[in-house]
Amino acid sequence: MVFQVKFRSWLAGCSLLAMTATGAFAEVVYNRGNSADPESLDPHKTATTYEAHILRDLFMGLMIQDAKAQVQPGAAESYTVSADGKTYSFKLRKGALWSDGAPVTADDFVFSWRRLVDPATASEYAYMLAPVVNAEDITAGKMKPDQLAVKAIDPGTFEVTLKAPTPYFLEMLTHQSTYPVSKASIDKLGADFVKPGNLVSNGAFVLKEFVPNDHIKLAKSDTFYDAANVKIDTVNFIPTEDRSTAMKRFEAGELDSNDDLPTEQLADLKAKFGDQIRIGPYLGAYYYAFKTDKKPWDNVKLRAAISEAIDRDYLAEKVWQNTMIPAYSFVPPGIAGYETRVTDYAGKSQLDREDEARKVLAELGYGPETPLKMEIRFNTSENHKNTAVAIQEQLKPLGIEVSLVNTDTKTHYGLLEQHGDFDIARAGWIADYKDPENFLALCKTGTGNNYALYSNKDYDDLMARAAAAATPEERMKLLSDAEAIGVARDHCVVPLLYYSYHNLVSNKLKGWEDNVMDVHPTRFLSKE
Amino acid sequence: MLRYVLRRFLTAIPTLFVIVTISFFLMRVAPGGPFNQEKGLNPVIKANLERVFHLDQPLWKQYLLYLNNLLHGDFGPSYNLPDFTVAELFADGLPISIQLGGSALTLALLLGGLLGIIAALYQNKPADYAVIATATAGSTIPAFVIAPLFQLFFALTLKWVPVGGWGDGALINKVGPVLTLMLPQLAIVARLMRGSMIESLRSHHIRTARALGLSDYSVVVKHALRGALLPIISYAGPAAAGLLTGSIIVESIFSIPGVGRYFVEAALNRDYTLVMGTVVVIALFTIVFNLVVDILYAVVDPRVRYD
Repeated sequence: MVFQVKFRSWLAGCSLLAMTATGAFAEVVYNRGNSADPESLDPHKTATTYEAHILRDLFMGLMIQDAKAQVQPGAAESYTVSADGKTYSFKLRKGALWSDGAPVTADDFVFSWRRLVDPATASEYAYMLAPVVNAEDITAGKMKPDQLAVKAIDPGTFEVTLKAPTPYFLEMLTHQSTYPVSKASIDKLGADFVKPGNLVSNGAFVLKEFVPNDHIKLAKSDTFYDAANVKIDTVNFIPTEDRSTAMKRFEAGELDSNDDLPTEQLADLKAKFGDQIRIGPYLGAYYYAFKTDKKPWDNVKLRAAISEAIDRDYLAEKVWQNTMIPAYSFVPPGIAGYETRVTDYAGKSQLDREDEARKVLAELGYGPETPLKMEIRFNTSENHKNTAVAIQEQLKPLGIEVSLVNTDTKTHYGLLEQHGDFDIARAGWIADYKDPENFLALCKTGTGNNYALYSNKDYDDLMARAAAAATPEERMKLLSDAEAIGVARDHCVVPLLYYSYHNLVSNKLKGWEDNVMDVHPTRFLSKE
Repeated sequence: MLRYVLRRFLTAIPTLFVIVTISFFLMRVAPGGPFNQEKGLNPVIKANLERVFHLDQPLWKQYLLYLNNLLHGDFGPSYNLPDFTVAELFADGLPISIQLGGSALTLALLLGGLLGIIAALYQNKPADYAVIATATAGSTIPAFVIAPLFQLFFALTLKWVPVGGWGDGALINKVGPVLTLMLPQLAIVARLMRGSMIESLRSHHIRTARALGLSDYSVVVKHALRGALLPIISYAGPAAAGLLTGSIIVESIFSIPGVGRYFVEAALNRDYTLVMGTVVVIALFTIVFNLVVDILYAVVDPRVRYD
């Protein structure tokens, strides 16, 4: 008997040893380079794309984006929309649990969404719920958070009422600001709920460690409904602000992926890493804005002529090493059902465009004797500077005397936001959700980010009609018409380049699908 | 002596107060604010944020509020990293910067001192030239060149050390940052030591010591070195304050979670509370190390007395 027990434990020991040796128990660790640390891991205090990657792993919204950034049911198993398109009823996933084992209920969503729009939370993304009845008035302090049009019909049913049919509402629900937080945890811990060891989340991973500027460690959640299909045990998000070091760490195997590249070294990197470098179009626009309420920039013909003369191919190829794409519209391509409207000179040769621009400038009375003076303002960055210098050189032969003013990011956007004095200034916009409205709203009269102070009644009317359109097709058509007037004709912005994502992804990492939102939830990845 | 130290600490309080006041208002003169960014905020949301952080109040009120909090040991929350208070950020990062800076300074003083003494003893001989050449090179090659070269050679080619990261404080992760921090200091210390040692060796009391027939060891270590240490001490004080509060270049190249980055990042982000925290910490370190220098002076040089 004694012998038997001993023999058994010996056998068990041997098999354990064998399994360890063959790696059956090996923990799969994914070291994920992330350009910067998150500002906050509280979904309602999110502000940047850096935390979006992390929050997407920790939490799950009503809807999620899959590996290809397609919208899929997430915390909601299914949903129904009322006939008027204004009321959404979400059936929560049965058996879905928080990481502390408590069930995720409709009350959690009611609590979370009220918290998001509450002025006391001061969420930068409170406007993600703007389509919901009363949301904007609550954020502005005119109503109480409990007047938000959201309801827990029963623990498993969450209902929300919108001001108007909003075709991109489900798309918005994939955004991290709409994620639920555990009411029980916040009631108990207050602001400390977000600390490692405290944070209760409902996603595929849980927070283990957060050492600022060093790493954020997430471990696979046992309570996640689809845990059986999550292949990665541990994700370390490693801030890689120094991109050259990130490349070396990738080469040394210390990182499995990084979300940025030192683009100036692209040729060398391609030679070294081959198809591990992933570059493709991303829903973001790099643009210049004229101060359209200031002479002479109020003249549409002048704005168009200057825009026409800018050689975007040169900018994309020489300045940005093809990590950006020449742009002739504000809304980047890649949004299903939307037809981008490009400027009329988009298809013409650069020489013809310069001739046409020269002619317009002469008509307006500018020439060698009476040169046009223009000041370009941009925020500090080697690439922004090189872009501005290239444009300065391109406009010189046309008799335009360009001067450059470089300020740090806060000064730059402080001036633009207060509508200070400038001629033309650099700005950028990355979409929060896949919809053209996200970009085109920036040219509406009175929008905070309308740095150009562009104001056109026809444009505003089209945008308003699009918001009230009966069908998605009609809406897209109206938005497209708005872009034709505001951007292609009036140059409310001067589109220069579309952003592209540039990732470095190890061959060992499987399941990484390139997509225009540059969204790659870890739960869909695996590592060899 | 104790009274002297106490007096120095008491005079540090008004100094700190002046530094805090000037920095507080200087920071606010800079255009833009913590919530200006590429993705502009709508005015309602910006107003909510400013209210939460009391930035909507008149500047003098904000100043009094800050002073009051500071007196209670509260440095406030970081605007750009709202999950952490400024005190938490320093509690996490400062020990790391102190470890790296402290190791670098200690090594630089020991090695640099030794090299300086050797150079002085063998003045105008090959050993001296070798030390001077190394020192000149060390002080002219900047950290942003040394650090990537170190990574390329020792991490990527030889694979002896990791490229970057703190690795929970593993010794192997500290080699690169400490060396990079140390080299320029070592160069300066070696040159200072050489100069002061040569001077010291030529002084009257050393001539007397030699005339009395003392051994070389006794002359150099017991008598010459003591006098030669004074310039090193006055250099090491401020250098320590600088080194222990971290270096943005070394920390970002080696991905080290220290506090050196905060001074620059916080200023660029207009993270007012974090900037103020950094100013206070650096000011404290400078005050303390200047005091330490003065005390060491008295220890080393019997002519100096603080009564």
